[in-house]
Order: sequence, then C-alpha cells, then structure tokens
Amino acid sequence: MVDPKIQIDKVSYAYGENWVLRNVTLDIVPKSVTVFFGPAGGGKTSLLRLINRLNDLVEGTQMTGRILLDGQDVYGSDTYIPNLRRRVGMVFALPLPLPGTIRENVLYGPKLAGIRNQSRLDEILERSLTQAALWEEVKDRIDHPAISLSGGQQQRLCIARSLALEPDVLLLDEPTSGLDPISTRKVEDSLFELKQQYTIIIVPHSIQQAARVADQTAFFLMGDLVEYAPGKEIFTQPGDKRTEDYVTGRLG
Amino acid sequence: MSRYWVQRLGFALLGLTALAVVVPILVVIGIIVFEGMGAISWEFITAMPFDGMKQGGIFPALVGTLLLTLGTALVAIPIGVGGTIYLAEYARDTWVTRSIRLAIINLAGIPSIVYGLFGLGMFVLFLKIGTSILAGALTLAIMTLPVIMSTAEEALRAVPTEFRTVSASLGGSRWQGIRYIILPQALPGIITGVILGLLRAAGETAPILFTVAAFFLPRLPQSPFDQTMALPYHLYVISTQVPGMPLRIQHGTALVLLALVLSMNLVATIIRSYFRRKRQW
Repeated sequence: MVDPKIQIDKVSYAYGENWVLRNVTLDIVPKSVTVFFGPAGGGKTSLLRLINRLNDLVEGTQMTGRILLDGQDVYGSDTYIPNLRRRVGMVFALPLPLPGTIRENVLYGPKLAGIRNQSRLDEILERSLTQAALWEEVKDRIDHPAISLSGGQQQRLCIARSLALEPDVLLLDEPTSGLDPISTRKVEDSLFELKQQYTIIIVPHSIQQAARVADQTAFFLMGDLVEYAPGKEIFTQPGDKRTEDYVTGRLG
Repeated sequence: MSRYWVQRLGFALLGLTALAVVVPILVVIGIIVFEGMGAISWEFITAMPFDGMKQGGIFPALVGTLLLTLGTALVAIPIGVGGTIYLAEYARDTWVTRSIRLAIINLAGIPSIVYGLFGLGMFVLFLKIGTSILAGALTLAIMTLPVIMSTAEEALRAVPTEFRTVSASLGGSRWQGIRYIILPQALPGIITGVILGLLRAAGETAPILFTVAAFFLPRLPQSPFDQTMALPYHLYVISTQVPGMPLRIQHGTALVLLALVLSMNLVATIIRSYFRRKRQW
C-alpha cells in the first residue's frame, strides 16, 4: 500500500449553519484518478475547494477535521497558501481564460512564482500545452487572445495553465460540463496521460464519465460520503442501496 | 386615435426630449465661441491682466486653475483609487464599510459651497495652512473623492469574480490578482471617474472662493502656500464685480475655461478607448 497523497480526515464544512459536508474521511491514492460523484448539492465541489483552500475566499464558513497533503496539514499555521495552490492546481467547470493571450494565460502562474528566465518560460509553455493536448492546435497563434479559442480549446488551455505550475495534484471540477463530446473525449484522453505524473481528483459531469475515467470512486449524497471503492466496482457492484439507486437511475 | 398615430406621437415626444438636451448645450457653446473668439489672442492667454482687469490677459488665472487641478489630482487620485481598492477588494462587508459607502454616496450630494466653507474652517483656519493653493487643492480633492470612488468601485465590481478565483488558484496573492488582472480591466472605468471628478474640480467656484482664489493677483504663485487667481472665480469676478468690463473679455474667459474642460474630456475619452481596446474577455 502506497502512502496516500491526500488524507481527508473527518471533514465537516458549513456555509453559515448549512452543513454541506458531514464527517467525510477518505484517502486519495497518488498518481491515479479519483472520482467524486453524486447528485448536485452533495458537497463534491466544496471538498475540492477545501483541498486547495480556495474556499478561504468565501466569508461565513466553518470547517472541522483535517486535510493532509503528503502528511502536512494544509490548514496548519505554516502553510503558505500561494505555494499550496501551486502544488494543488484546479480547473473549473466553465473555461475561464484570463484576459490576454494564450501565452500570457499559461505563463501567469509561473511568472507569479518568480520564474523570469525566458527559455525556461518557453519550455514551460510548450510542455504544458502539449500535456493538455493543445500545443499542435495553437503553436502558430500563441500570442492571440485566449478568448479567440473555441470552448473546448479554452478548457484545455485552463488545464495547461494549471499544469504550467507543475503541481502534484490536479483538481478538476466538472471540467467538461460545457464541452461537446469530441472536446470531452480529448480532455478525458489527456487525463490518462496526466495520471502517470499527477494525482487527479475529478468531479465528473455524468455517471458515464465517472465510469470511464475512475481508478477510485467516491459517492457523495447530501454531504455524506456514502461509499468509496477502488476501480469501477461502485458502478457494477454497488455496496450501498443509495449508490445503487443513483447509479441505476432511480435517484438523482 | 389609431395605434399608428400614437406611435408617431410617442416618437415625436421622445425626439423632442432629446432635442431639449442637445439644444441648450449647442446654444451655450455657440454663443460663447461666437462672442468669445474675438477676445482670444496670444496675448489674452499669456499676459497678466491690468487696468482693473479690463486689459491684458488671463494668464495667472489659467495657470492657477491648471495648478489647482494638478494639486487636486495628486491628492485625490491616490487616496480615491487606493481607498476604493481597499473597500472593493479587501474590506469585509461589515457595518463599518457599509457606512463608509453610504458616506461616499452622500458626500457626492453635498453642495459645493459647503465644501468651500469646510475647507475654510478645516485647512485655512484650523490647520493654519492659510488661503493657498494647498488649501484649495485639498478642498477640491475632498469634493472630488466621492465621484472618483463611486465610479472606481463600480468599475472594480464589474470585473468578473471568477478572475480573482482563477488568479488565486494559480498561486496569486490577492494583490497580484488585483495588480495584474483586476486593475487593468477596471482601468477605463476608473479613468472615467477620475476625469469626471477633476473636470468638476477645474470648473468649480465655490470651494476655492474662501480657500485659495485671489480677486486680482497679476503674478504667478511662488509656492503651494501662495494664493492664486483661478479661471472660474475670475470669470465670476469680471462678470459681476467689475463695472464696465467689456463683454468680449467675459466671453473670451468663458471660452478658455470651456476649451480647457472639454479638451481634458477629450483626452480622457482617448485614454479610455485605448485601454478598452486592450481589454479582452
């Protein structure tokens, strides 16, 4: 058994008095794809945003429990949040290119991290766009505005932008919800490449997608972690009645 | 009456209201340009007034207004923009920040003579700065702040929240997100607010009445603690306080003030459209 990359330990989380996660405990296996799935409002996105502390930006929330990244408490007092977010990249449900060119988007993070060397930046640019399966399509218009790309390309640009920081972990929050099937396929294909190097947690936009990409699967319902199992077991032999109801379409 | 005629009537009424806005502006500008052109000469712009201001030029008033506007900008822009960035991007939503916002909105509605009296009491007398460019610029700056802050805050809030989230998720500190993403996007709106505020400052009479403006001072100010003439006050003086003042000079002075304000407006529009073109999202 390899050491878990991330340990989520009895985490509960509330917006005001509304508890969206209740006592969730699970370990994330390194260099694999872990799927958080379940109906809307299950707390999946909140849990993702707790891992890279993006929910710090939201006022009026409370959290109990611990989240450990490589054994280090991410809510510990010695965590430098920008560094945490460089290690834990995130891609959002909608493609959100920043204002500016394709190049500027990819290099935004590395430049903030203090990388100034031009050949190093060029290298990062090509590597991350290649990893996101976008390089061939954009290499001749790297200085065009990012919004001139199609939706699917924009989303892969956002993936490249996260990869530019060489994170350990990649959080993907319904990354293909706004995309057509072909673009979705391209993004999913790149996941199989990426998991050689990165620990990936994805909130899929459908059960089918969950089944396609999962190495481990966690099923969330109304803030509870109902079931967590390796492989695609959950879809074929659900251990819990509620999981079965959802997977077979009786719930949701 | 048929629907057709109701519609025609509606259009006609709307057209009239539009006309009611445009015509006065054109008439005012037209009269001032027509009557004032004759007074404009190199001497009028660059010479000191003499013979009870009936002869010579308006040079000290022009320089005074430029200096006052510059001083106002130096005080109001950093405080206004900085304060707004704090309010819009950093401060949490508490009753304190809410009352600051309320204060800003209310400040915008205060008559300018009240600012003038406040400036007299606060800067000239209490802080013992004396009647001076500094006191005048500070007074004008306070009057300008609400205009700058309310437009700047709107401009900052118009930038999608997601940009802040994305910047943070890429390891950006809050300030880096503001510096590299939010401010460049909000800049056209902020510049608009700054220019609107400064234009008002350049044209106001009441706030400078007791704080800086000199009735007749045919020399340039020597320091920020010096008094100066200023165009709006000078216009007021030669229009109402000097018997037998040639109408030509009054119109000429009005024309210079108008040209100054309109050209500032033009420059602002050009700067704004330049930054708008650079904006992409």
